Amino acid sequence: MTPSVKGCFVAESTGFTRRHFLTVATVVTGGAGAIATAIPFVASFKPSARAQALGAPVTIDISKLEPGAMTRVEWRGRAIFVVYRTEEMLSTLAKDVGILEDPDSEASDSVQPEYAKNPHRSLRPAFLVLEGVCTHLGCAPLPRFEVAPADLGADWPGGFYCPCHGSKFDLAGRVFAGVPAPANLPVPPYRFINDNTILIGSDAGNS
Amino acid sequence: MASTEADVFDRLGRGLSALGAWIDDRFPMTKLIKEHATEYYASKNFNVWYGFGVIATFVLVLQLVTGIFLTMNYKPSAAEAFGSVEYIMRDVEWGWLIRYLHSTGASAFFIVVYLHMFRGLLYGSYKKPRELVWIIGMFIYLALMAEAFFGYLLPWGNMSYWGAQVIVSLFGALPVVGPDLAEWIRGDFYISDITLNRFFAFHVIAVPLMLVLLVVVHIMALHEVGSNNPDGIEIKEHKGADGRPIDGVAFHPYHTSKDLVIVVVFLILFSAVVFFAPDMGGYFLEHANFEPANTLATPEHIAPVWYFTPFYAILRAVPDKLVGVGLMGSAVMLLFFMPWLDRCRVKSIRYRSWIYKIALMAFAITFVTLGYLGLQPATGAVPTLSLVFTILYFAFFLFMPFYTRIEKTKPVPTRVTW
Repeated sequence: MTPSVKGCFVAESTGFTRRHFLTVATVVTGGAGAIATAIPFVASFKPSARAQALGAPVTIDISKLEPGAMTRVEWRGRAIFVVYRTEEMLSTLAKDVGILEDPDSEASDSVQPEYAKNPHRSLRPAFLVLEGVCTHLGCAPLPRFEVAPADLGADWPGGFYCPCHGSKFDLAGRVFAGVPAPANLPVPPYRFINDNTILIGSDAGNS
Repeated sequence: MASTEADVFDRLGRGLSALGAWIDDRFPMTKLIKEHATEYYASKNFNVWYGFGVIATFVLVLQLVTGIFLTMNYKPSAAEAFGSVEYIMRDVEWGWLIRYLHSTGASAFFIVVYLHMFRGLLYGSYKKPRELVWIIGMFIYLALMAEAFFGYLLPWGNMSYWGAQVIVSLFGALPVVGPDLAEWIRGDFYISDITLNRFFAFHVIAVPLMLVLLVVVHIMALHEVGSNNPDGIEIKEHKGADGRPIDGVAFHPYHTSKDLVIVVVFLILFSAVVFFAPDMGGYFLEHANFEPANTLATPEHIAPVWYFTPFYAILRAVPDKLVGVGLMGSAVMLLFFMPWLDRCRVKSIRYRSWIYKIALMAFAITFVTLGYLGLQPATGAVPTLSLVFTILYFAFFLFMPFYTRIEKTKPVPTRVTW
């Protein structure tokens, strides 16, 4: 009588044999090979050398930026907002604290370099550098610096308003409580090359 | 001499059957035709709800054919994509028709698939022994959503761009791996030429291959267990002396000839849209997509195309991003579990209690309302209403094991009614 085989590995009359061991060893070796082969394909999805080079830092000239005005520069496809805040605008920051979700930028999802982790969220108080990318779903927030416009209500202290889902941020890019965006607007790494030029994307030399 | 013509046809006939026999010795041609057409018995009491499967198959073929012809003139690069679509629309002979067939076909596909799925909910087509037919169907639905999402970026209009930005950033909301995963999907630090190129690869080869394979598997699984019917009873339980289900008729020629009429009726409605309202007032082709992608300026109001808006409304219903993403994912995933969430043994709504009838109607209204809410800007009453209908959506599934258990059903007939 020939032993009947049940399933892949377990024969009725015998236990684990040399043949079974070889089968398992072959499957494991082949599986490891298949996984190793997948690595180049998975890795090919990462940003290429060219994409990384194109993501290099950019400079912006702020000599012509008026107090109270904003300018944009593109870095890695994102709009970078640079705002020259007046004393009046800076004075709103302390008053905003009560309506903000994370006024001290302490939440783990509040992205900013160490030197921008302060109430004005910037290296130099007057100049605000922000990524203009809403932390909800990546839309571009609109600069709405006027105080209490009709559509945003009498409480509006001036700041950024995202038209997609109504998220609100103050003049330091700090998110309001109770809006869809979970975190403050990110601050990219940057440094001042001189008083008129900011380098976005690199902060080597900042303390 | 009078028999010459008959002789010719006789010899032709013998030649053809010899050819058939030659093929059958080498490939199961006759066997396949019998199993899936001439000797596949489906209930004779099908109503119009049973037409959406064949329409979906027809639309799939339409999308494949029009898609192939579009790739012949389309250029998948950020610099040329928008222009090449305009070129197809204006300079390629009949290019506008091929593109409108494809873009209208995308919306038609979802209308037909949603109705096809609703038919399953009406007549319990997901229940034993058709659980796998339903689950494979759900995988088709997922593949279809992926296909639509990838395809929507290709025209490189501003809504394409920002829609993709919003959806890819959903992956960025996942804890720990999120940001790296989003970068991996894009292949860049933002939605760029690189992203467009790979979405093109997914849209024209990877996902369609999967889609076709899944449809074949869906039909194989269906033909193994047999089609359901509006009475929700198994026609295989009553077979005649010849071993064929008494209440069934052969798929070919009976159901195929009926399906031909259904496809013609579909084509009348479909052509009306293609020729007279290809953008469907901004619902099939969104107005913001008639300007090229702009990485620095979002459209005033970003809304996905209508077929994603029920889930989009669920995403926006809660203020927390991660919870929103989780809810949206589970809203789709819950459908997979229908065969086990529904504890009622009776399949067809015809013999089920008012409890399920009300629940299903409430669900249908909820789904359509969420779809409407997802199209609206998130202001005024929209967030509150979205939350209310999101709760209703989940209530339909999560309470199902309880309310379907206490149902008082009507007696189910043993033979189909017609």
